Amino acid sequence: MGMEILVSTAKFLIVMTVILVSVIILVYLERRISAFIQNRTGPNRVGPYGLFQAIADVVKLLLKEDIVPKNAYKPVHDLAPIISIGAALSTFAVIPVGNTIELFGTTMKLMIADVNIGILYILSVTSIGVYGITLAGWSSNNKYSLLGGLRSSAQLISYELSMGLSIIGVLMISGTLRLDQIVQHQTMYIGGWLPNWNIFLQPVAFITFVVAAFAETNRLPFDLPEAEPELVGGYHTEYTGLKFGLFFLAEYANMITAAAVITTLFLGGWHLPYAENLGLSAFTLSLLQVLAFCAKVTVILLFFIVTRWTLPRFRYDQLMDIGWKVMLPLAIANVLVTGLILVL
Amino acid sequence: MTLETILFYALSFVSVGSALMMITRRSPVMSALYLILNFFALAGLYLTLHAQFIAVIQILVYAGAIMVLFLFVIMLLNLGDEKKLSEKMSYKKIIPAGLSFGLLMELLYIVSYAKSDLPLTHIERATEIGTVEYVGKALFTDFLFPFEVTSILLLAAIIGAVVLAKKKLD
Amino acid sequence: MNNYLTDFWQATPIVSLAIFALLTLIVDAAGKDKPVLSYWMSLIGIVVAAGFSVASLGASTPLFNTMLAQGGYSSYCNLIFLGSAFLCIVLSRNYLERLQYHRGEFYVLIILATVGMMLMAAALDLMIIFLGIELMSICLYVLAGFIRKKEKANESSLKYFLLGAFATGFLLYGIALIYGTAGTTNLALIGKSFPQLSHNSLFMIGAGMLIVAFSFKVAAVPFHMWAPDVYEGSPTTISAFMSTGAKAAAFAVFVSVFIRTFDIGGTKLSDVLAIIAAVSMIVGNVTAIAQNNLKRMLAYSSIAHAGYMLSGIAAGNIEGETGILFYLSAYVFMNIGAFGIISWMEQQDDKKLTFDDYAGLSSQHPAVAALMAIFMFSLAGIPPFAGFFGKYYVFLAAVKAGMTWLAIIGVLTSLISVYYYLRLVVLMYFRDGQASIEEKVSAPAMAAISCAALFLIVLGLYPSLVVDIAKGFFKI
Repeated sequence: MGMEILVSTAKFLIVMTVILVSVIILVYLERRISAFIQNRTGPNRVGPYGLFQAIADVVKLLLKEDIVPKNAYKPVHDLAPIISIGAALSTFAVIPVGNTIELFGTTMKLMIADVNIGILYILSVTSIGVYGITLAGWSSNNKYSLLGGLRSSAQLISYELSMGLSIIGVLMISGTLRLDQIVQHQTMYIGGWLPNWNIFLQPVAFITFVVAAFAETNRLPFDLPEAEPELVGGYHTEYTGLKFGLFFLAEYANMITAAAVITTLFLGGWHLPYAENLGLSAFTLSLLQVLAFCAKVTVILLFFIVTRWTLPRFRYDQLMDIGWKVMLPLAIANVLVTGLILVL
Repeated sequence: MTLETILFYALSFVSVGSALMMITRRSPVMSALYLILNFFALAGLYLTLHAQFIAVIQILVYAGAIMVLFLFVIMLLNLGDEKKLSEKMSYKKIIPAGLSFGLLMELLYIVSYAKSDLPLTHIERATEIGTVEYVGKALFTDFLFPFEVTSILLLAAIIGAVVLAKKKLD
Repeated sequence: MNNYLTDFWQATPIVSLAIFALLTLIVDAAGKDKPVLSYWMSLIGIVVAAGFSVASLGASTPLFNTMLAQGGYSSYCNLIFLGSAFLCIVLSRNYLERLQYHRGEFYVLIILATVGMMLMAAALDLMIIFLGIELMSICLYVLAGFIRKKEKANESSLKYFLLGAFATGFLLYGIALIYGTAGTTNLALIGKSFPQLSHNSLFMIGAGMLIVAFSFKVAAVPFHMWAPDVYEGSPTTISAFMSTGAKAAAFAVFVSVFIRTFDIGGTKLSDVLAIIAAVSMIVGNVTAIAQNNLKRMLAYSSIAHAGYMLSGIAAGNIEGETGILFYLSAYVFMNIGAFGIISWMEQQDDKKLTFDDYAGLSSQHPAVAALMAIFMFSLAGIPPFAGFFGKYYVFLAAVKAGMTWLAIIGVLTSLISVYYYLRLVVLMYFRDGQASIEEKVSAPAMAAISCAALFLIVLGLYPSLVVDIAKGFFKI
């Protein structure tokens, strides 16, 4: 019992640290890539190639004065960023970053909690994240914030549906809600050579899920909640200092989580094709698999960033139309077709 | 006291407390927030009963979807002057309040008196019942008919909502 | 493991009606601005379901893992609900066209509500009862506010919804307590252990909560407050549907839970019901005298009728059960008839709804006045119309169960009721006035109402037609 708690705590700390560090790297990457796309230089003053820019930003945010507007509702104003960051970080608890690993004489799974409702847990935590944004918008007592909050909650709810429905196809194929078993199921090969990844079996579900993930993370082309020309900063207009930093962190942590979920569900998770036939030792194989997982996540994150700087923003009604009239029917049709194929 | 009983009392305290807070708050948004807290406490109670599936669904559906819409509507309506929402005590309200209080006391008395009436059946494999597999199997075999009826019920509710709320009945 | 899919082929009345509800919806969506298509589709659905109900009268095997009964009692109740829905739909077409609210969804909702009622009558499990009640109620909440621009319609819909949701809370809490103490929601199993359970106070609280919920649905005092306002604000044909079909369904549940399952004769529950019945009769009838709006008068009269029928349930014997079935068969037709005629008279903006508007109706429209008189006589319980025998049977049941006092209250309050029913008849026949129906009554509506009146006379002359059938359901 004591050992288990220790192991869990250790896993938890490691995962948290990794996420926080990757957020810093991600912010730097995003700024450099966007600068590259727009033919600018980007941050290049702090440290070599501007590498420490993100750290400088963090220090700045921490030292800034925390301003709460006069008419804001303080308890909720304080609570909102906590909800956001809490939801963003706790999703990672059920994601398997690798297969089992032998360490100090015990075999352990490379995930914090192995629950049999894994994927439902992810969905429910994501749905809780909405509150952070909605409440931030409401408690600031500012029209721009409120509109931003309302928009985002409408957007998140609309896309949660297609997100949930697109997952169902995957669930039907793998027959379980446990994420590690979903990954295990993807380690097989079709016809002996093509990895049995769900992206090949469920291309439609993959597309709907990725689009929904973009919407859920409020990334362009779906970043309506903070559309600058219309809403100033959106829901976090009235936030400064640490609390703004938390929202910022939550946004990028959400991106990482989304990328991790996409990897787990559709890209074979930690599976490194053909590596198991190379005759490596179990420990090396495990390490390689963790690296494979990280590589896949990185690729998706880069995709997120590049998309952001190449596509224009949707109009709000277009956004809703896509959510309800395209993505949702598509996801339902996918479930139907998958069911039919499975029955036959 | 085992961990389970401690958890039970803690969660029960939170759920009853948040329910009380919910009905006594003046601001509708705060009421909604306390209701959400209440849902979380309930989900926790389900977890102590090994009903993982119900617990997650409770959060996913009630806290995650329905209450967001609630908040949405409250914010859109922007009820504004919250003082108008509060009501003054008048003699007309004392009688129903007294009756309700009496009913509550009666119920509390009977429940505490009837503790021994509860059958102490120990259901075997209780931990299995809460899993998705079990719930799914039950829904599509023994409870197939209620399950199907529920879909008709939801259809009726959708039609009703559209009939009442559609902007223009061409 | 059983394959319950085959059971769908046997639950034909309910399944076919549900399918027709979907067809009506599709027809409505496909044929734009042609609600007439939905009208016909829904009528066909009702006829088909009625045919299946008659065909399955003899069946008795429970379906779906003893969730749903078929044949006998449930089939007979189905016919009552379907009759009510049929008349309501036929009457609604003209009424809605006149108010410019003729829309296909109206019929879909009526059909779905009827499906809910049929579920309630056939339920062998508390869960199905809950689902049936909800299906029926949700449709009715919407139908009550169907005329969206009318303020009173909105009020009635909201009032019905809020109070109905509250009643649902009682129902669910009651079901939870019963499940907690009995360990099952199956009615047959609960019935088996009722003798022990009836000493369990938690179980009795649960049963009491069921009484509250069901009494709300039948509009019995003290859970009747919603009825007058809702009946007044709703479209008149929907008031007819609510006061007949919905009430009949709630009584069907009352009978199947409290008599067939609990067998409450002589228990405390029966005393509770007897008191509710007595208060309903007194309050309903006395308040009805003071009403000047006909819809409100009929609302209070329906509360009183709920009281009469509840005395049959309080009696809890076979006479009570058959009496209620007979009463329901008669009541549905007389009340729909009365509301139907009111819907012909009604003008835009709730005009022509008071007693005085009917003065001298007989000289202008003798046939309509005669029909209305028949319904009023039957509601008052004057022989030879069916209403008389309904009252006779339930009061007889009360006397046999040793509740003579209840029967006496029933007879005395019936005498009070004669005053307000006959007041309308007197106005129609012996007062001069300009009462008239502005638009022509459509032939199908006229035929439907006449059939209802004819049915009342036939039933009044040969009550054994129904009673013999009904008695067959309850032999054990």
